[in-house]
Amino acid sequence: MKINVTVNGTRYDRDVEPRMLLAYFLREELGLTGTHVGCDSSSCGCCVVALDGDRAVKSCTMFAVQANGHEITTVEGLEEGGKLHPLQQAFWDQHGLQCGYCTPGMLMTAYVMLKHKPKPSEAEIREAISGNLCRCTGYQNIVKAVQQAANELTAEPAAAAVGS
Amino acid sequence: MTQSIGVSMKRKEDPRFIRGRGRYLDDIKLPGMLYLALVHSPYPHARIKSIDKSKAMAVPGVKAVITGEDLDAAKLEWLPTFHGYDKQMVLAFGKTLYQYQEVAGVIATSREVAHDAVELVEVEYEPLDPVVDPYQAKEDTIILRDDREPKTNHIYHWEVGDKTATATALDTSAVRIKERIISPRCHPAPLEPCGIVADMNKATGRLTLYMTSRAPHVHRTAFSLVTGIPEDKIHVISPDVGGGFGNKVPVYPGYVVATVASVIIGVPVKWVETRTENLTTTGFARDYHMDVEIGATKEGKVTALRVSTVADHGAFDAAADPRKYPAGMFGIVTGSYDFPAAFAEVDAYFTNKPPGGIAYRCSFRVTEASFAIERGMDLLARKLEMDPVELRRQNFIKKEQFPYSSPLGFTYDSGDYAATMRKALDIIGYEALRKEQAEKRKRGELMGIGISTFTETVGAGPGKQFDILGIKMFDSAEIRIHPTGSGIVRAGTRHQGQGHETTWAQIVGEELGLDPQELLVEEGDTDTAPYGLGTYASRSTPVAGGALALAARRIREKAKKIAAHLLEVAEDDVEWKDYKFGVKGIPDKSVTMKEVAFAAYTNPPPDTEPGLETSYYYDPPNLTFPYGTYIAVVDVDADTGAVKVRRFLAVDDCGTVINPMIVEGQIHGGLAEGFAIAFMQEIKYDEDGNNLNTNFTEYLIPTALETPAWETDRTVTPSPHHPIGAKGVGESPNVGSPQAFVNAVMDALAPLGVTHIDMPLTREKVWRAIRNAS
Repeated sequence: MKINVTVNGTRYDRDVEPRMLLAYFLREELGLTGTHVGCDSSSCGCCVVALDGDRAVKSCTMFAVQANGHEITTVEGLEEGGKLHPLQQAFWDQHGLQCGYCTPGMLMTAYVMLKHKPKPSEAEIREAISGNLCRCTGYQNIVKAVQQAANELTAEPAAAAVGS
Repeated sequence: MTQSIGVSMKRKEDPRFIRGRGRYLDDIKLPGMLYLALVHSPYPHARIKSIDKSKAMAVPGVKAVITGEDLDAAKLEWLPTFHGYDKQMVLAFGKTLYQYQEVAGVIATSREVAHDAVELVEVEYEPLDPVVDPYQAKEDTIILRDDREPKTNHIYHWEVGDKTATATALDTSAVRIKERIISPRCHPAPLEPCGIVADMNKATGRLTLYMTSRAPHVHRTAFSLVTGIPEDKIHVISPDVGGGFGNKVPVYPGYVVATVASVIIGVPVKWVETRTENLTTTGFARDYHMDVEIGATKEGKVTALRVSTVADHGAFDAAADPRKYPAGMFGIVTGSYDFPAAFAEVDAYFTNKPPGGIAYRCSFRVTEASFAIERGMDLLARKLEMDPVELRRQNFIKKEQFPYSSPLGFTYDSGDYAATMRKALDIIGYEALRKEQAEKRKRGELMGIGISTFTETVGAGPGKQFDILGIKMFDSAEIRIHPTGSGIVRAGTRHQGQGHETTWAQIVGEELGLDPQELLVEEGDTDTAPYGLGTYASRSTPVAGGALALAARRIREKAKKIAAHLLEVAEDDVEWKDYKFGVKGIPDKSVTMKEVAFAAYTNPPPDTEPGLETSYYYDPPNLTFPYGTYIAVVDVDADTGAVKVRRFLAVDDCGTVINPMIVEGQIHGGLAEGFAIAFMQEIKYDEDGNNLNTNFTEYLIPTALETPAWETDRTVTPSPHHPIGAKGVGESPNVGSPQAFVNAVMDALAPLGVTHIDMPLTREKVWRAIRNAS
C-alpha cells in the first residue's frame, strides 16, 4: 500500500506491506534504529514515538499504513540545530540511562507528557512513564531527569539564562 | 590534571544513546542478509516421530530448513556446557525435553517470511509424561536423558564444610530453626532480547559473529572448539548490549543455527529472539530449594549452619558456573556471621524445563545463598524473641577478624559490618520505627521492618580456582597513549549499561594524570581487545579494573624513564606527585604525562623503545567481598494483602568508589530487580510442564508506579588486595535486597504468627497467609 508519512520533518512516500508495523517501517525502511523493539505484547514501551506531536504511541502496535498522512517524531528528531532537547540533556545530567535500550521510548513518552503537563508532580511522571519498562535504573533518576527538563522548559527566559 | 577516581563524571557513552544512535544487534543490517526463525516444541517431553519440511520449503523466499538430524550429520548437534559436565542439544533430536525447545530453524529472505514458514513445518510428536518437580525427578521413575549414563535424573552432589561437626553442633544446640526456603525460578529479561548476525565471508574464509555477547572471547574459543574453524578465522563483535543480567552469557541454539546457516549458504544470517523465546528458552535463574537449619545458644550466639539444597537445572546442566564449582559460590552461605561449624550440600536434578541456572545479576549462586542465610537469621531471631538487629550484631564477623577464613572455605578480604549496620540504623531511625510499629500493632495495623546485612563474594577470579572451558578467569587491559597525550584503552570485558566507557577511563586517567575525556574506551571486538573472560558475576571492576590500573602503572614506569631524560636528572630522582613527574627536592621542576607522551614518540631516551603502550593480564589473588546493610519498611493491608514499601535504605560498602553517580545508579537498578524478585517475577510451570509466564503480560516487570523510591549511602572499606581497593557493586543490591523485603513483610505479619512465605510475595499469597492465620 502507498503511504506518505512525515518523520522528523521529512516527508516519505513509500509502498509498504499492509502488515508492516510502524516500528519496523521506521527501523528498516527509514533506517531510524533509535526506535527499539523489546517485547511482542505492547508492554515495554521501547518503541514509543510521538504521533502528530501530541500522542505517545507504541509503534510496535501500530501498522505503518495507519501512520498515513500523519507526522511522526522519533528520538532522532529531538535534537534541534545541534542542540540537545532539554530532556536528552537531563537524562545525561541525571544518569537517567544505563544500557540505553529503553531510553528512546522513555524520552518520547516524556516529550509528549510535558506537552500536556508542563509541570508534572513526581506521581504524575511515574504514572506517565508506567507504560515504559526499564531494567537498569530503578526509575529514580529517570524521574529526576524529567523533572529537570520540565523545570528548564517552563523556566522564564531570564531565569534560564542565569541557570545556563 | 586533577583527581579522576571518586568523581561523579557524566557518562561518556550517553551522547549516542540519548540521540538514538546506539548500535544494538538488531540495528545491524548487512547486504543480502537472511533471517532465521525457530520452530518450538509445544510439548515439554515428547518423542519426535517425524519432521516434514516440504510445505515450509515451498514458501517463496525460504532458503533452508534445518533440523537436529541435519546438525547431527554435520556433527554439530551437541554443544559442551560451560563447565563441561554435560552437553546440550542445539535442536531437539529424538526427543524434546522442555516446552518451547527449539526443534527446527527456517532461513528466509525476511523476518516475516521466516516466521510464516515456521508455522508450516510439520512435526509429529508422541507426548511423554513430563517431570516438572525436582523432587519428582529425584525418584527416577521417568528418566529424561536417554543420552547419558548412568540412567538417572540426578546430575551431581556437591558439598562443602564439616558434616559431622555441624551435625553434632546442631544436635546439641539449645535453640534450632529449620525451614525450606525457596529461591524460585525467575528470568533476567533484559529489554533487548538475545540475537546474532552470523556472516561467513567465503572470499576471506572469515566468520564474523555479531552477538549479544558478554564474553566475546570465550564465545570465540567455544565456537572454534565446536566447529573446528581456526580461532583466527572467527571474529566476534559484541555491539551495544541492551542489558544482560546474566542472560547473555550462555551460547543459545539460535546462535548456532544462524552460524551453521551462514557457513553453508555463505551470506549473513540474522536471528533475533522474540520476547516469548527469551522467557521460555534462554537462561533462567535460581530454582534452588534450600532446607536451612541454624543452631544457637539461648543467648543468641550461633553454633552451626546446615543447608541442604535441591537444585532444578532443567533439561541440560548448562548452569553458568566455573568448572570446579558446580554450585558456584554457594559456600558464601555463612554470610556475615561467625559460624563455628557449617555444612552445605547441593543435589542437582534434570527436569522438563529449559536449561540455565545463570547468575542473574549476582556472582554464581550468591543470591540464593544470601537469601537463605538472611531469612534464616530472621527466623532464628523470631524463635529467640530477639531483635533481628541485635542477633546480627552479636554474630557478625568482627573488624579485627579480617582476613577471615570462613568455615566453608572463603577468605573474606575486609569489612566492618557493625559500623555499616550502625550507619544504616541511624539514617533510617530504627528505634523510632520500632516504637511506631509497637503503637500500630496495638491498633492491629501491619507494619514491618526488614533488615539484610549481607556479604557477597564476587570477582571470579583467582585462576588457580576458577576457569571456564579450562580458561583461567583472569582479565586484561591494553593502553595506548598517542603522541598528543590522548589515548585508547581496551579491556577484555563487555559492558551492557555499567558505564565502563567512563569508569575505565577514570581508572587510567587517575593512574596517568590524563583527562578521562581524552581516553577512548573500547570493548567487545575480539580482533582488537585483549583476551578477557567478560562481564558478569560483578567481575569487571575486581578483575579488569585491576588489569587497567596495573597496565597504567606499567605505562607510568616507562614514562618515568622518559621523564628523567626530559628533566635531565637520574630516574631515582624522579617522583610521581600531584599527577605529574617532579624532581625530588625541587618543587617547581616537573613534566606532565602529556609532555612525556609527546617525547615518547619524538624524543625518547637513546636506550628506550619509542612509543607508549602496554597490556596487562591480571589474575587476582582472591575474590572480593562487598557487603551492606539494607532496611525495608513496609505497610501491609490486612484486607487485600497489598504491600506498600514505605522506605528502602541501602548502605553499601563496595570498597573504593570510582564514580559515585554510576555506583548509585547501579544500586538503584539492582534494588529494582530485587524488588521485582521479591514481589513479582517468577517463571511458573503447571503440572503438565506448560510455561505460564511467556510474555510481559504474564511475567511482570515492575514499572515506575510500583517501584519504591530508593535511599542510599555508603561506607568505604577498601579491598586490601585489589590494586585500587575496589570490590564491585553492580550485584550487591540484587543479592542483598530480596530478603530485606521478605523479612519486612514477615515482620509485619509476625503478630499473626506467619513465619515464612516463598517469593514472590504477591498480593494473593500475602492475603492467603493473613486469612489462614486469622
